[in-house]
Amino acid sequence: MRTLLAFPLMTLLCLAAAALALATGPMDIPLSHVAGALHFPFGTPPESAEAATVWQIRLPRVVLALLVGAALAQAGAAMQGIFRNPLADPGLVGISSGAALAAVAVIVLGESLNLFTVLPARFVLPVAAFAGGALATALVLRVALVDGHTRVATLLLSGLALNAVAGAGIGFFSHVATDSALRSVTFWMFGSLGKAGWAEIAVAAPLLIVPLVLLPREAHALDALLLGEAEAGHVGVAVEKLKRRVTTLVVLAAGAAVALAGIVAFVGLIVPHLVRLWAGPGHRMLLPASALLGALLLTLADTAARVMLSPTELPIGILTALVGGPLFFALLLARREAADA
Amino acid sequence: MSYCASVAAYAVGGRRLVDHATLRIDPGSIHALLGPNGAGKSTLLRLLSGELEPDEGAIELNGKPLRLFGARELARQRAVLPQSHGLAFGFTAAQVVALGRLPCARRNAAAEAQIVEDALALAGVAGLAQRRYPTLSGGERARVQLARVMAQVWEPAETPRYLLLDEPTASLDLAHQHDCLRAVRALAGRGVGVLVILHDPNLALRHADRVTLLRDGRVLASGAPDAVIDEETLTRLYRVPVRLLCAAGEAVPVVVVGEHPEKRDSPLFQEAKKLKKGTVPGASAPPAS
Repeated sequence: MRTLLAFPLMTLLCLAAAALALATGPMDIPLSHVAGALHFPFGTPPESAEAATVWQIRLPRVVLALLVGAALAQAGAAMQGIFRNPLADPGLVGISSGAALAAVAVIVLGESLNLFTVLPARFVLPVAAFAGGALATALVLRVALVDGHTRVATLLLSGLALNAVAGAGIGFFSHVATDSALRSVTFWMFGSLGKAGWAEIAVAAPLLIVPLVLLPREAHALDALLLGEAEAGHVGVAVEKLKRRVTTLVVLAAGAAVALAGIVAFVGLIVPHLVRLWAGPGHRMLLPASALLGALLLTLADTAARVMLSPTELPIGILTALVGGPLFFALLLARREAADA
Repeated sequence: MSYCASVAAYAVGGRRLVDHATLRIDPGSIHALLGPNGAGKSTLLRLLSGELEPDEGAIELNGKPLRLFGARELARQRAVLPQSHGLAFGFTAAQVVALGRLPCARRNAAAEAQIVEDALALAGVAGLAQRRYPTLSGGERARVQLARVMAQVWEPAETPRYLLLDEPTASLDLAHQHDCLRAVRALAGRGVGVLVILHDPNLALRHADRVTLLRDGRVLASGAPDAVIDEETLTRLYRVPVRLLCAAGEAVPVVVVGEHPEKRDSPLFQEAKKLKKGTVPGASAPPAS
């Protein structure tokens, strides 16, 4: 059965992509040396430049790509389930734009506001981005909450309104930014997996991993929700509680991903679509398979982004949007042909 | 043990949709709910299901107030088929039916697959099991959804189970309308109490054990089908002249719309005619007998 084989196969592919990413870069490191370098915590400390490169530069980046890819893709799949809309994405409820506004504000105003005395400098930006995303989403959710029910249409529209306001704020800060700050802003807006080190990953990992573990437990309820909210209630799903739980987990995962890597476009939208094409809409397959495919694709994309313009690198968000956009177009056209997809 | 609604009032925006209506569903029997459009049938069904809460009144399921039930506990004792069947995602028909098994104490996969298969067969759509739901026709979707709610109350439990069906025959052809109610009868034969909203009094006459007629949120009449469904009551219910024709040798009459040749001058039919033409604006119904 292809569904039974899929998980081990995709896990293997993820490991292969990670090995490829560790070996690839300005300094070519043969796979056998990569394996040797990875041994270091259990053996001799790294003496060679190769081991240091693997441990301090490439491995954190690969771990981040795996975690962020998995978190974004699964959060997208869960969001689409909650909204019963295959076009939903965590960005729709303001996570990305709220985080972006906060991040850009910190980049542009950070020095003058003395923000960097409150927290270690390297944490200010991720913490601000996470808080911005969470606050924006809380606001959007609050507006959409009418008589204890979250109205999906109002939610999407207020997300739209918030995105517009955040866009204006980002534009303003970019306008007044110095050239060097503007460059940081650009880099952040298009995402990068190269900014975070072990310390940031250690802090954010629980926020990424807890939703990855907990979201698949809601698979049956999310399946029932596809029938409609009333119908899901009739088969015993506590719909409002489910929506609150899933939204919270999505905000944690997507917020942490954005905080560490900036805005990585389209992963949350494209990956669940690809999974549905071969596994159908059932969330028991969709959620874990999206996580694995997201991890795999983002790791590969990041490796490509590092190599393509070597010695500089292409912001990963540009690559994912460049590949994801046309792919999405193709999916839509294919769907138009076969209305049953 | 029964499933009872005693709704004194349920209003939306100052408009009373249900007004002193009572209804009882007994285990093992089919209770048909009839009435013109906007009579409050679906609202009453949604009140019974727990989707809406009455402003005044109480709903009891097997002697326990509905609001004391947890969502899953309730779902194990009653299934609900709403009117519309929107589902944009490409589940197969069998997967849709399996969603009905969600609240049930599930045993092994083989037993579950058997229940899904049996429910699809009872609804007459066994052949569609592997078809994707969005590719099905309206009538096929309706029958798959019927299979889903039947699967939800498929197995006997300690307490009686119930099925609330909102116009299950709406998108079905003549033959499938009767097939649908025969499937429901098979389930009632296993102790399930059924409430079914119907538009065709003929279906109620042939398949229901009990009929309640609802108009303007009130119960106009309730009782055995042949006691409740007569020309006069249906004329008052639908505000259109109704006749019951009985073919030679047939026990059950046929309900048709049309004026009785001898009754054209009766005041009741004159009133019905005027109401239909709208010559008596805002006129209310004659009081229930």
